Amino acid sequence: MIISMKHGTPGLNENKNTARTMTVHNLYLFDRNGACLHYSEWNRKKQAGISKDEEYKLMYGMLFSIRSFVNKMSPLDMKDGFLTFQTSKYKLHYYETPSGVKVVMNTDLGVPNCRDTLHQIYSGGEDLHGVHCEEPPVQYERSHSERSVLLQAGQLRQGAPLLLSPGRL
Amino acid sequence: MAIFSVYVVNKAGGLIYQYDSYTPRAEAEKTFSFPLDIVLKAHDERILVSFGQRDGIRVGHAVLSINGVDLNGRCTADGKDVIEYLKDPVNYPVSIRFGRPRLSSNEKLMLASMFHSLFAIGSQLSPEVGSSGIEMLETDTFKLHCYQTLTGIKFIILADPRQTGIDSLLRKIYEIYSDFALKNPFYSLEMPIRCELFDQNLKLALEVVEKAGTFGPGS
Repeated sequence: MIISMKHGTPGLNENKNTARTMTVHNLYLFDRNGACLHYSEWNRKKQAGISKDEEYKLMYGMLFSIRSFVNKMSPLDMKDGFLTFQTSKYKLHYYETPSGVKVVMNTDLGVPNCRDTLHQIYSGGEDLHGVHCEEPPVQYERSHSERSVLLQAGQLRQGAPLLLSPGRL
Repeated sequence: MAIFSVYVVNKAGGLIYQYDSYTPRAEAEKTFSFPLDIVLKAHDERILVSFGQRDGIRVGHAVLSINGVDLNGRCTADGKDVIEYLKDPVNYPVSIRFGRPRLSSNEKLMLASMFHSLFAIGSQLSPEVGSSGIEMLETDTFKLHCYQTLTGIKFIILADPRQTGIDSLLRKIYEIYSDFALKNPFYSLEMPIRCELFDQNLKLALEVVEKAGTFGPGS
């Protein structure tokens, strides 16, 4: 499934016939050590009131605690684990890869479970014109000082699908 | 049963009531011969599987009973340390039952307080103005629903992901709380709820939801 994300309020159109508009507020990517690899914001109406670094730490910490909480509470053995949570105004979607990379997306309440979308964001997928993405998926190195993932946020604003390519900052 | 448990948390984040329905916990009992190919380790007051996942025995499962006799923490019922017992080839063949460990009351207290904080952080990190805390948390094995009242009490229900009617059940439990806990002259606010009528009516309400699926307007 090809996903195109546009800048602004109508964020995600899954099917042109139904013309549903759903909003994506923001997106976080974390590596397995808790470092924030990427953050994108499209339609955020309220900031957290703390610095960005602290916000990333708080988000990662919250997700880490939720995972540990869910592991203990679950009456049966889990396969996928924690999937989403929702409040009265937004829904948080969570996807974790076996390598520990975490993709977190905040949307409005109308968005159903979109685990495959998050997986696509992680793995790169094909672009709209069918050209196969030859860049390898997200890479990261052990040291925090070198961020080796560069998300091309500019492409998002033009409506092109999300592509991930390695790079150095 | 589709509703697994009910928790009530007070304003300060302390657990004041907890009820567990019978839950189908995954368990596996097998007979082993020496040497045991599953690696066990002691963690807190339990013996957990740390390596050797197979046949329904998963990493993280606890040793529940040996030869049909339930364990007493880290020791068998007669007081022998389990790890030492399993190292001795004389005791084999031995039948061990593994399963997901049940939560002790201390752990439930800690988890309830943890959820109280997570609820607040969910509201703080909101990208939208005026968001409440976490109202519904979904995993592949259960769904957690939370209703926070205007006085700060949280009613938390863990249920099967397919169970419907939980929102009205949360409101119903709030009603039962006001009728049988708050109106009880011996009950103090924010303290653990020890009211028989509250227990009875709560169980009745849970049964109704599990059978009918949703609450009618007349109840």
